Amino acid sequence: MKRFRGRRRGGAHAEFEQPEARLIANLAAQVAELLGSDSGAAESDDPLAGLVDIDGSTQPPDDPVLRRLLPDAYRDDEEGAADFRRFTERGLREAKSRNAQILIESLIAGGMSEPIAADAEGDVEAPAEPQVEVELDADGVQAWLRALTDIRLALATRLGIEQDDEQRWTRLPEDDPETYVHDIYDWLGYVQETLVHAID
Amino acid sequence: MAAPTPTEVEPTELERPESDEVVQLDKPWVTLVWNDPVNLMSYVSYVFRSYFGYPKSKADKLMLQVHNDGRAVVSTGTREEMERDVEAMHGYGLWATLQKADA
Repeated sequence: MKRFRGRRRGGAHAEFEQPEARLIANLAAQVAELLGSDSGAAESDDPLAGLVDIDGSTQPPDDPVLRRLLPDAYRDDEEGAADFRRFTERGLREAKSRNAQILIESLIAGGMSEPIAADAEGDVEAPAEPQVEVELDADGVQAWLRALTDIRLALATRLGIEQDDEQRWTRLPEDDPETYVHDIYDWLGYVQETLVHAID
Repeated sequence: MAAPTPTEVEPTELERPESDEVVQLDKPWVTLVWNDPVNLMSYVSYVFRSYFGYPKSKADKLMLQVHNDGRAVVSTGTREEMERDVEAMHGYGLWATLQKADA
């Protein structure tokens, strides 16, 4: 990856290798899929609820990732937290899914291609693949900042990342699957850091 | 969230507050942002600047307060205003809550 650089009017530009682009797109799609699931809103059987837009869930989601992406707004007030969730959760889910979708679309627009299948011998044909050129306007930058944050929050929740726990990850064997996921998490932090600096 | 907020009342219709205490009663809620191990310091500071319009010095100070103390009050206002701020913070992926200022 070549780091994000600022463009005029709040835009930004970066280059990704094809596998990097596919990785980010895949993770964004997973976050969007998660946001579209486990929603109490769909379970409402009140025919009037949809009309007055109060059919949102009042309970925190079961999935720990969703609980982190859609946290309680009140710490010691269950009723307040439920009311807030009822009125805001659906909109937040939709906005976050849209951000993930914008991120994926900008990777496709930048030339992201499908992975090349292995041939009969299992060898992967590896012609030089063109870089994925991501060109973002100011709105695209906002979508990327938020989508990268949501992906990193999701990975961190699954990994159980805590404050100042770097040693835990450096001690893991290199072939541990968690090492791989943690490397991706770290790299996405780098990507986001370059984007913040590019527009600052 | 349908309840009218005091800020929507025409200022001319309001009597002048007679003391600072009255002004305090008008703004009894705060938005807190809590520390998490994920969000980048640069990003948190950026969010405080771009959403609240704070100057860099104030945004950095609040960001460091979140980082070092575990939380910081990032805005003050009516309950409705604070719900709006908390919703925006959740949109950015920051962990935010609201509560009464004296809680």
